[in-house]
Amino acid sequence: MNETEARLLVLDVLSGIAPEADVTKLAGTEDLREALDLDSMDFLNFVTALHERTKLDIPEADYPKLATLDGAIAYLRR
Amino acid sequence: MSESASRQALLPGHYPTIVKSREHLGKPPNLLDYEAARAAFRWDWARGLLDGLPGGRGLNIAYEAVDRHAKGPRAERHALRWIGRSGAQRILTYRDLQAETNKFANALLSLGLGEGDAVFVLAGRIPELYIAVLGALKAKCVASPLFSAFGPEPLATRLKLGEGRLLVTTEALYRRKVASIRPQLPKLAHVVLVSEGQQGAQAAGDVPDTLEWHQLMAAQSPDFEIPPTAPEDRALLHFTSGTTGRPKGAIHVHEAVVTHHITGYYALDLHDDDIFWCTADPGWVTGTSYGIIAPLTNGVTNVVVEAEFDAATWYGVLQRERVSVWYTAPTAIRMMMKLGLEALRNFDLSSLRFLASVGEPLNPEAVIWGQQAFGQPFHDNWWQTETGGIMIANYASMDVKPGSMGRPLPGIEAAIVQRNADGSVVEIQEPLVEGELALKAGWPSMMRGYLHEEERYRKSFAGPWYLTGDLAMRDADGYYWFVGRADDVIKSSGHLIGPFEVESALMEHPAVAEAGVIGKPDPVAGEIVKAFVSLNPGFTPSEALRRELLGHARKRLGAVVAPKEIDFSPALPRTRSGKIMRRLLKARELGLPEGDLSTLESNAE
Repeated sequence: MNETEARLLVLDVLSGIAPEADVTKLAGTEDLREALDLDSMDFLNFVTALHERTKLDIPEADYPKLATLDGAIAYLRR
Repeated sequence: MSESASRQALLPGHYPTIVKSREHLGKPPNLLDYEAARAAFRWDWARGLLDGLPGGRGLNIAYEAVDRHAKGPRAERHALRWIGRSGAQRILTYRDLQAETNKFANALLSLGLGEGDAVFVLAGRIPELYIAVLGALKAKCVASPLFSAFGPEPLATRLKLGEGRLLVTTEALYRRKVASIRPQLPKLAHVVLVSEGQQGAQAAGDVPDTLEWHQLMAAQSPDFEIPPTAPEDRALLHFTSGTTGRPKGAIHVHEAVVTHHITGYYALDLHDDDIFWCTADPGWVTGTSYGIIAPLTNGVTNVVVEAEFDAATWYGVLQRERVSVWYTAPTAIRMMMKLGLEALRNFDLSSLRFLASVGEPLNPEAVIWGQQAFGQPFHDNWWQTETGGIMIANYASMDVKPGSMGRPLPGIEAAIVQRNADGSVVEIQEPLVEGELALKAGWPSMMRGYLHEEERYRKSFAGPWYLTGDLAMRDADGYYWFVGRADDVIKSSGHLIGPFEVESALMEHPAVAEAGVIGKPDPVAGEIVKAFVSLNPGFTPSEALRRELLGHARKRLGAVVAPKEIDFSPALPRTRSGKIMRRLLKARELGLPEGDLSTLESNAE
């Protein structure tokens, strides 16, 4: 997956969870939970959706790596 | 799993009792012998554990929490140990906390506020929140912390209902959630913005019609004498959700501190040298009664963590701060379980000596997991906004039956009752028979009313009993077992959410004809909010519309109240009287038998 594909995927998942937010304005290093007003269930749904869409195994210990847009993109591209 | 099967799993005997042995307990628990403590207990004895205002001028929560320690040997002890999101620390000793809360009390008086005026706080867990709540109590204002994840609509409802006169919040929250609703709040005379650093203070100083916290506080004296306070004077206002209508504002008085203190002592087993951490946000009653008041009245060090749940961060806090008593919630515990024991391997959590949980029933697996992960079970306890403090608990000294909420606190009389058609109730004596959980009215932290809703308040009582709205049963050993809610209120991540509030917000969208909202069982959150909507003519179900409705609800309600799932449905089932049958929606969602449909006007199918 290249960077653009990863970004589109992450943004699409995020806008499914917080459709009211303009995710295109999201800064790469912002904390997603804060920037998009995600509660812990939203964040869990975010990780679950990434797993379902990519079939990538995401162990719970890696969740903190997905806390920002840049982090999530880098994680999907590993 | 069907409902009856899950109920079976909660029955005694399905999981072995965790037997407590004296040797294993370490420090002698404050409640060493449940039966004896219960038999000997008197509320005036509990009242005697507090100091009262000097000169017999009454009883004030903030005096018991702060001032009495600030003038004694605990003055230099850490009262609040705050850990910011970035890892920054701020420590307030009892003496510091006294000075800061005095300043805020003086600030309130300088703005013309005083007895009975409502002071709201809308902020994350920052030190100023704690200072504002305690300072407001000193000034005899009524303090009401709001959950910062609420959207503008729940905030407006609560500020209006509570007739907020002053709001302490942050600049970011003000711009995002309050500025737009301020015109609806004519009684809100003052807004105080907490800013970060010098630059922030200047920027916040520029927001029209607001005051800046640091500027306001800098001008105040650190000396303040709490005015005479009657135990029945109003102190706290906590909002909770009902099935229908607007949220209820439960009123608590200064005498509640008697319960806060004794339950901290008995149910949380707070000892003088404890480092205590309650993970709840003060926007919910647990975060006020046990995140602010009880640890301070007991004179321990209260750890406050700004960050939301993240297992590694939390384990780090437990280790670094040497937390000894930890009060958390089922959702967090279940998230930690998912993470597994592996995640704990590199942490030294040997300082932990008592674990408690509240918010929703803790499943037996989670109770037991506490033993594997932390060397001791989680101790579930039960209470609600209206009760002001813990009512039923598992104690350090008492055997734990995994899945049970434990036994009533000394001084609290609980019962399982059946409501009669005429509104009276009859006690069920037989063990393991399901009924409504009731408490004998009259304990100090019992709510004194629902704000402006006398009728709703009266309906919560039958004879001597306060009716909790929770279904439960009691076993032959006197342990209580939660069964479910008697109404449609949703319990998600330990928070009560009123379906009506969510339905109303959805109905505001032009596409929505009707909305029905239920709690859908969820392995992590207990329940999640799920909405069923039918559309007005001219609108057709689509993913785009689903997202639009979700965004609409999140904007108005905030993430914690808004639905996590929205389904389109051609029509929603209603009773003959026109009420949406949430129970039927839920039965369908779960694939359960739909029961007697004879009261249905139109079946959606």
